[in-house]
Amino acid sequence: MVLKTIKKGEALKTVKNTEQQSDARQLSRRRFLENITRAAAGAAVLSIGMGVYSRQSLSSPVTMLRPPGVSDEKDFQSRCIRCGLCVRDCPYDTLKLADLGQPLALGTPYFEARDVPCEMCDDIPCVAACPTGALDKKLDNIDDARMGLAVLLDHETCIAFQGLRCEVCFNVCPLRNEAITLNRTHNARTGKHALFLPVVHSDKCTGCGKCEHACILDEAAIKVLPLALAKGQLGKHYRLGWKEKQKAGGSLVTPDLEHHYNLPEGVKYDYDNRGLIEPDEKKASPFSRNPLQQLNNSKLLKESSSD
Amino acid sequence: MTEFKRLGQDAIQTKGWFRSYKWLLLRRFSQFTIIALFLISLSPDINIIKGSMISSVVLDSVPLSDPFVLSQSVLASKHIEANALIGAAIVALFYFTVGGRVYCSWVCPVNIITDTAEWLRNKLSIKTALHISSRNRYGLLAFSLLLPLLTGTIVWELVNPVTLLSRSIIFGSAMAWLVVSAIFLLDALVSRRAWCGHLCPMGAFYSLLNHFSLLRVNADKREQCNDCMECFTICPEPQVIRPALKGSTETSTVIFSESCTNCGRCIDICAQDVFSMGSRFHKLPTTHNSHQKEVSS
Repeated sequence: MVLKTIKKGEALKTVKNTEQQSDARQLSRRRFLENITRAAAGAAVLSIGMGVYSRQSLSSPVTMLRPPGVSDEKDFQSRCIRCGLCVRDCPYDTLKLADLGQPLALGTPYFEARDVPCEMCDDIPCVAACPTGALDKKLDNIDDARMGLAVLLDHETCIAFQGLRCEVCFNVCPLRNEAITLNRTHNARTGKHALFLPVVHSDKCTGCGKCEHACILDEAAIKVLPLALAKGQLGKHYRLGWKEKQKAGGSLVTPDLEHHYNLPEGVKYDYDNRGLIEPDEKKASPFSRNPLQQLNNSKLLKESSSD
Repeated sequence: MTEFKRLGQDAIQTKGWFRSYKWLLLRRFSQFTIIALFLISLSPDINIIKGSMISSVVLDSVPLSDPFVLSQSVLASKHIEANALIGAAIVALFYFTVGGRVYCSWVCPVNIITDTAEWLRNKLSIKTALHISSRNRYGLLAFSLLLPLLTGTIVWELVNPVTLLSRSIIFGSAMAWLVVSAIFLLDALVSRRAWCGHLCPMGAFYSLLNHFSLLRVNADKREQCNDCMECFTICPEPQVIRPALKGSTETSTVIFSESCTNCGRCIDICAQDVFSMGSRFHKLPTTHNSHQKEVSS
């Protein structure tokens, strides 16, 4: 009973106190000014802190990629209400929401290509689910998505550069032979083989990350980077002579002279990736172009083993 | 000290256990059901209500959006999508009818944490009281709506513990429990009802929708009040009760304050059955009301 009466008393006291406070508030101009100053100072401290924090959240970390339909990070962050509907509707559990302590705005969707890449659904359910247009509904063809850009970062560990036939990234690419093509070049180490080097084309690559996911190395040599990081930008005043020439339909400076290479007699040079062209291509190699025929040719095999 | 009575003991003795916890149980049922529905709708085949409390789709057709979070987004991007607008309008209309802060006490999962902190305070008689003005929440509300307008980013949602928790329960989070613990400690040890009653700008936003709500708690049998003060002790916003309970015979018995969450704890705790859930249009008994007028708090 003692405690209970104390409680009663306290409650009555608080009621009285609030009455007194409201009276005092009306009367005291000094207190009013004090309160205003305190509130203003509090708001300023909070605004500065949060403002700085919000700027920090705008920097996008390298391995965390946005879902399809995001073109500008700041615009995305102003529209995304962090509801998770895109995550719910992603059929492959690709998308996740940024947690506290992660270097991405809290609650915004992302995916990590090495972990689970984007499967590039035709109906783009994540974009369809977005209620605020943070994932842009204008994206109606998933091939037009630009979630990032695959970059073959490490030429030292990518086994294609060692002359081995890997081509996994080339083969898993949803836009096979378009977003990643194989560039055939000479293998200088053996002197007689070719290198098939994967080359990414930014006009086709959607940044889905299937190449990074599939890369056979312990740490992927090909990685999807945010576009802003991966792409260079030619100075706006730059003009490429041969393109201008094509546009103009003829040379823009002095009349075109045919270029003469100083080459051995009978040898031609094709600048378009083919290198030296010897007069009789058929005689250039004793081997057939068909590898099966080559293997079945026991005579040749014997010859080579006896070497 | 043998006569020490626990808060709510009187009610349990006179009304029985169930009637002393009826509204609390109903609220917990509502809160957990909503979370459960979201969780089972994570399965690709179940579309009862998918998404989260921030934005969702009911039965693959009706969009719902949180008007507070959407307001921040609209102020930041200066752009509004029809789908989100419709969703927010439906939600706003609902809370406009049943009372904005019904969100706080019947839906918001943070309420479970702060109620538990309050229960612990009473249980252990923790008396620590750092004074935090309850007007701070309106300051934070102004701040959370103004900053997106100025910076173009949704600033409050970078830290908002309410949306963080409701989202994390559904989609998982390794770190959300930190924020939950912080709010629990704040409420239990630093200041009574500090988060929901004094700081949360989301609650402040919903109390703006609370001005005209039809559903109201009513102290219609206030003449039975025996001044035990338990309703003031249990109420998360004790200031709302006084005008209705202690008003003159001329003033309305309806709790009109925009801070009232319609949680019904006062109804549960009152051994004298003073309070009931009713409408804002409740009239004073005809014996008193020769010159009846509605007085809002």
